[in-house]
Amino acid sequence: MSETQSRINDFVLKIATVNGTGSASANGLLMKAMFRMGIPVTGKNLFPSNIQGLPTWYEIRASHDGYMSYLNRVDVMVAMNAQTYQKDLDEVSPGGFLIYDSTWPRERTLARDDITVLGVPLAKICNENFSLARIRVLMKNVAYVGVLVALLDIDLDIMRTLLEETFASKPKLVESNLKAIMLGYEYAANNFTCPLPVRAERMGDNSGNILINGNEAAGLGCVYAGATVGAWYPITPSTGVMDAFTKYCHMFRTDPETGDNLFCIIQAEDELAAAGMVLGANWVGARGFTPTSGPGISLMSEFIGFAYYAEIPSVFIDVQRVGPSTGMPTRTQQCDVMLCAYASHGDTRHPILFPANPHECFTMAVTAFDLAERLQTPVFMLSDLDIGMNDWMVPELTWDDNYRPDRGKVLGPKDLAKMDRFVRYLDVDGDGITYRTLPGEDPKGAYFVRGSGHNRYGAYTEDSDAYQDVIDRLLVKWETAKTVVPDAVISKANQPTRLGIIAYGSSDGAVIEARDRLEEQGIHANYLRIRAFPFTREVMDFLHDHDTVFVVEQNRDAQMKSLLMLEYNHIADRLVSILHYNGMPISSEYVVRDVSKQVNPEAAA
Amino acid sequence: MSFIKRPKFDLPGQKLNEIGLALRDYEGTMSTLCAGCGHDSITAALIQALWEMSIAPEQLIKLSGIGCSSKTPAYFVHGAHGFNSVHGRMPSVATGALAGNRDLIGIGVSGDGDSLSIGFGQFGHVIRRNVNMLYLIENNGVYALTKGQFSASADAGSTSKKGEVNQMHNINAVATAISMGASFVGRSFSGDREQLVPMLKAAIAHPGCAVVDVISPCVTFNNHEGSTKSYTYTREHKMRVTETDLIPVRSEITASYYAGDTYPVRLHDGSTILLRKVDPDYDPTRRNNALGFLERYRHRGEIVTGLLFIDQNVPDMHVQSRTVDTPLKALGFDRLNPGSEVLAKLQQGMK
Ligand SMILES: Cc1ncc(C[n+]2csc(CCOP(=O)(O)OP(=O)(O)O)c2C)c(N)n1
Ligand code: SF4
Ligand SMILES: [Mg+2]
Repeated sequence: MSETQSRINDFVLKIATVNGTGSASANGLLMKAMFRMGIPVTGKNLFPSNIQGLPTWYEIRASHDGYMSYLNRVDVMVAMNAQTYQKDLDEVSPGGFLIYDSTWPRERTLARDDITVLGVPLAKICNENFSLARIRVLMKNVAYVGVLVALLDIDLDIMRTLLEETFASKPKLVESNLKAIMLGYEYAANNFTCPLPVRAERMGDNSGNILINGNEAAGLGCVYAGATVGAWYPITPSTGVMDAFTKYCHMFRTDPETGDNLFCIIQAEDELAAAGMVLGANWVGARGFTPTSGPGISLMSEFIGFAYYAEIPSVFIDVQRVGPSTGMPTRTQQCDVMLCAYASHGDTRHPILFPANPHECFTMAVTAFDLAERLQTPVFMLSDLDIGMNDWMVPELTWDDNYRPDRGKVLGPKDLAKMDRFVRYLDVDGDGITYRTLPGEDPKGAYFVRGSGHNRYGAYTEDSDAYQDVIDRLLVKWETAKTVVPDAVISKANQPTRLGIIAYGSSDGAVIEARDRLEEQGIHANYLRIRAFPFTREVMDFLHDHDTVFVVEQNRDAQMKSLLMLEYNHIADRLVSILHYNGMPISSEYVVRDVSKQVNPEAAA
Repeated sequence: MSFIKRPKFDLPGQKLNEIGLALRDYEGTMSTLCAGCGHDSITAALIQALWEMSIAPEQLIKLSGIGCSSKTPAYFVHGAHGFNSVHGRMPSVATGALAGNRDLIGIGVSGDGDSLSIGFGQFGHVIRRNVNMLYLIENNGVYALTKGQFSASADAGSTSKKGEVNQMHNINAVATAISMGASFVGRSFSGDREQLVPMLKAAIAHPGCAVVDVISPCVTFNNHEGSTKSYTYTREHKMRVTETDLIPVRSEITASYYAGDTYPVRLHDGSTILLRKVDPDYDPTRRNNALGFLERYRHRGEIVTGLLFIDQNVPDMHVQSRTVDTPLKALGFDRLNPGSEVLAKLQQGMK
């Protein structure tokens, strides 16, 4: 733990509360106020798999350098939950601050002399100023916002505007919330030296940025991609994707005259059914998708293999959580890489997209549908809880109105009229992708979808050569996939180096920050961020160009490294794993420590 | 596996239906089922029904799970798209397909194993959503394709070909469907074309999920003495309740029925089904009656056939979810995509 000194726009604020007490909106206010001050911020939820009553935390990181990574430090802790007080106190970095509700005294033995503890009688203040019991509880949370506004020097005008916007339709609530904020604010101003050395300060301009979580962005992306059928079975942490899709469909996708829905959302009986519905919808030519998490993918696997073999476009959004089994539903990991890459029995393999932040959740959701239809195969978008459920600051989403969906090789009645005969699985173009037709259009295009052995004409077969002909052609398609999936992103070190780092998805933030810190130590590493499986050409080149390549990922079994080893067996010995899998997002310190230890074993010892 | 010739239909040569198609146009590839398999008779009845209804082949989608029964979609209407899905999961694929294109006519073919064991959940939920389709169960009391294990519809006390006696009571497909809220439930027998064809027509015309359970003897694994789904057993124990007939609005309604005997039901598509009440007490519009009736005859060991329950006012999936009339798959991208301006405006709230 590094020490907390004078830290302007560079700190971690952690708030400990109890699940279900309405602290989320208070925390949101703080986050947004700092965002409007132009400060880069990220917010992380650390919540229990419970609805009400268990401890929950929210961490806001302010970083003038724009780092998004999780950090193992707490500069200011707001300890509102007596149950976790000891743990919260222990977590504060030396030199840091702890704020607690001093209405009830805390045991002295718990004290620490290397941090500053500030008591504010929040409950007492609220009890004296608000009459309704329910309101008092809520206002206690708003009052600590006021305390922090004073201590961290957060702009009070911005806070007031935010309240007005939040409660635009209920002006009375603006008043009471503002009152609570001022109560906290004045107590702090009168009793402590404000602001603290750890504080916020207006900087830059965030007008080109937004605050959003990955699930919201993914759901919005599905709307923009033109998806019309959404089938799902609720599971943490993916539920937000369908919630967002539903919300935005109701906002933007109803017929202005009749009010009818231009979409159909089906809450399925389980994930098997959700997968079947997605296949059915795409088979008839409607873009369909399902959001789920690891356990759901396990259940969907039979259908995923079916879609691979019968070549039915389909989109699966997996918001990963900690496995195996039920695991820890409210903690994060990148543990479904292998599962998705080869989901289902038999020889199967599937394209995967790896968004690193909510912005990419939006763009890649669209890409996923295009790829699924272009390649006529299941396509996965692998998000995770950290991306999906946490609040990220990302550049504003943009949309090109000239975009038209890539529906792939679909023949309509006009095309069929020019043909003697339609054949479903014939590789006319040599790219492994064959032509399909849609039900409801033309009897000449009729064919029979089957998961049983079939030949290139689509007919049932038990003939060895005819079977192998099709299964080999799918490999040709796989080669084509390599040329159409998103490229990797490469970022070069300041000077030539034979050291490389590979990461993907939500590990990106930690690696970006770690590289800056490592550079300060004289360790220079080029960085390649994988954005898709199958791997594109640059991945192999990158491996060739480096003697040691660290593969940073958030699972125990080095799943991405394993995929790389399978593809590039001849140079696998240069791959070195950096693994983090306790369920918390990987921190930049963790990457720094592990890399420097391996590069410089003596120095680290 | 023996390749058999499709049974000949005794129809006058090349008679054409209203859309100018011959019965032959409703056939599929040659069946590879055992000669005499009940499933083939059901296929023949379906071909007849679809031809008589003048359904355009491309308007039809045929779906199934896995089993001998589930192979049959290949054997009818070669001009329709088919989907032989995975074991027990036909309903979900049909649901998604009909969600994406509500103009399609969906026919799902399943078996007793496919629907009452591995696919029991999906069977229940497609009924609950009232997806507008024909849900056909070709019920032989066995897992035929895996060579004769008991299925959940095998009656207690019946014996398998190997001589084992089934101890557990059966899952009754029609009673289950009725109690789960199905809007159309009928039962018939593969060997009774006279009853089956009109019932299939009524089921296809029904605006919701129409479950038709057809006792379909498996000549290879369940047609022996001791089986309660054999031809002889079924013929002897079958009892008809109501007869259905579909009279499309397009054709003249003739006096082919007698007022006292019939129960006309006007369907939402404008056609009328006639239920000939064999049992004068039976009213297929009352759910309680239906269940009590089934229970009564089950005790007597009789298989009640006919239209057992119908309610045309249950909203189907699209009515429930208020989907537009245009098939979703046919909506233009400009109607689906909100555009860049909306996106920019929306994000004002995220700042
Ligand atoms: C997941 C899965 N498990 C098992 C099987 C093997 N299997 C194929 S058909 C079948 C039973 C089919 O019985 P039913 O639906 O009654 O059809 P029938 O052959 O009797 O017409 C089974 C168990 C399978 N195909 N898939
Ligand atoms: S095994 Fe039975 S169900 Fe299967 S094709 Fe033969 S007769 Fe029909
Ligand atoms: Mg069976």
